[in-house]
Amino acid sequence: MSELLPQVQVNAFRAKAAAIEHPHELIVDALRAVQAHHGWVPDAGVDLVAELLGVLPVEVEEIATFYDKIFRRPVGKRVIHVCDSICCWADGGDAIAAHLQKVLGIGFGETTSDGMFTLLPTCCLGACGEAPAMMIGLTTFGTLTPEKIDAILDGYRNEA
Amino acid sequence: MNNYPQILFKNRRPGATAFLAEYEAGGGYQGLRAALKMAPQEVREQVKAANLRGRGGAGFPTGLKWSFFPTDQPGEKYLLANGDEMEPGTYKDHQLLLADPHQLVEGMAIAAYAMQIPVGYVFLRYAYETCAQNVERAIAEATGKGYLGRDILGSRFGFELHVHRSAGRYILGEETALINGLEGRRPNPRSKPPFPAQFGLFGKPTNVNNVETFANVPHIFTGGAEWYRSLARTPEGAGTLLVGLSGHLERTECFELPMGIPLREVVEQCGGGVRGRRTFKACLPGGASTPFLTAAQLDTPLDHVHMEQAGSRLGTAGITVFDETTCMVAATLNLARFFARESCGWCTPCRDGLPMVVWLLEEIEAGRGSQELLDMFRDQVKNISGRSFCALAEGAMGPVGSLLTKFGDELEDHVKRGRCPIS
Ligand SMILES: Cc1cc2nc3c(=O)[nH]c(=O)nc-3n(C[C@H](O)[C@H](O)[C@H](O)COP(=O)(O)O)c2cc1C
Ligand code: SF4
Ligand code: FES
Repeated sequence: MSELLPQVQVNAFRAKAAAIEHPHELIVDALRAVQAHHGWVPDAGVDLVAELLGVLPVEVEEIATFYDKIFRRPVGKRVIHVCDSICCWADGGDAIAAHLQKVLGIGFGETTSDGMFTLLPTCCLGACGEAPAMMIGLTTFGTLTPEKIDAILDGYRNEA
Repeated sequence: MNNYPQILFKNRRPGATAFLAEYEAGGGYQGLRAALKMAPQEVREQVKAANLRGRGGAGFPTGLKWSFFPTDQPGEKYLLANGDEMEPGTYKDHQLLLADPHQLVEGMAIAAYAMQIPVGYVFLRYAYETCAQNVERAIAEATGKGYLGRDILGSRFGFELHVHRSAGRYILGEETALINGLEGRRPNPRSKPPFPAQFGLFGKPTNVNNVETFANVPHIFTGGAEWYRSLARTPEGAGTLLVGLSGHLERTECFELPMGIPLREVVEQCGGGVRGRRTFKACLPGGASTPFLTAAQLDTPLDHVHMEQAGSRLGTAGITVFDETTCMVAATLNLARFFARESCGWCTPCRDGLPMVVWLLEEIEAGRGSQELLDMFRDQVKNISGRSFCALAEGAMGPVGSLLTKFGDELEDHVKRGRCPIS
């Protein structure tokens, strides 16, 4: 199980779930924890969360499949979410999305062959004043240009 | 340009966050001290007298909402701050929590006292991790100073506050979906009635307000209701408004402005006018679910009453401006796609109707329109409006409906020419 969640967190979720009246309220937290550790949430991750919280696997699954920031399929090391909502659209978001697809050599929903990046569309990131915007992991980048994107991607590649 | 009174953005500095020391130095937690000296009912009355209206989009009077709350009912009750903020064009709660998160904590403590609520949650969207950390730090600092906790400033009133991090999806901003989300249930909206004030989180009385709404509350108790109302330019408005600018303007920043300020002043003075000397064609005045306003409506004051008279809504006061090179069919298509994708799938008019609207707009924009498709489009708008389970699809019909009423010619032109006349 340690591959899905570190033992300290396994123990912490178990203890917390036992101590509170409504363990369901920890489902989103636990799914996020599994994903933070494992990269995405496999079936075994759904089962683990259910077991830790003492809820049914289907109750975890109906949450896991609702939120778009929980991944039920393998993703690359870094997930790039590109905003395609109205302010980014008005400020050249289509060209930004096209540039990302070109330099990564993948389409939306795909992962680069080196397993480094997955590209996904997202709705508004709350960075509309700095459109066009994207989010990598939990970091938001605004006022994007092709040059700026190349530099950001290089930064992530070099850190790998 | 900025001579506007700064209340919520008083402590805002570029790239910095004001935490406890700075917040207290600027008068922070004086509002809570003042409120705790009053009876809970007086607190609710003062918020009513200040004419504070919700900043989450619907503009419901906050004091009135609090007065409906079953304050005297013993037992568990909950106070929720809505920081989902996923309405495209809206980023003011983000800016607020980056700048000065203690205002939310203090406002929630006052609200909790006013309704005698012992437990609260701050619900934050996935993308606002920095805000979540700021609020967590503010909660810890406030608890350390006795502004939160068992016995707040010796008043014998206790209130504890938690942060919930969400995992995406616009529908979580709808208050009953948010409640399901917090409970760890599938976050489809619930039917109303019963309203959250009766049957909310875990089936207990629950009050939900927007982050900015709470942030206004402390100032009503430091400055008084009359002063607060006088901050607005119009008698219909009250207080200030966080206005997030986006789209084709020179300056796309978030400003704190007096409520009732004319849209023209916001666009020209704050936004620096339309970018590249182009002309103003239209704007979404309050987020993606508000009907478009045109250049002829630029003198409308930004308050709830005047915006409704102009056929739109103040919404979240996130203003997205479009210049004359924008195809309004294409802009509306982008908006419709957002709503269709974010539909929770619970009810048919939204789940099936919005993709139909998207398809029709795609056909028309691509030059494959016909009178028949235009008729179908009008039909869809008529049949979705007022028939959906929650306000998401109704919101979608805001801009879509105004494409018909304000830019009907442009829509017809696409069909007549068999191509987009602009792009
Ligand atoms: C689809 C949908 C999304 C919403 N998103 C938000 C949101 O992100 N933030 C918010 O405060 N209110 C949002 N609302 C409005 C809330 O349901 C609720 O009215 C509001 O949080 C009440 O707070 P207020 O009275 O302080 O404005 C949304 C409503 C709908 C129908
Ligand atoms: S209107 Fe849309 S979001 Fe609201 S309940 Fe129906 S399907 Fe869900
Ligand atoms: S529309 Fe892209 S960040 Fe808001």
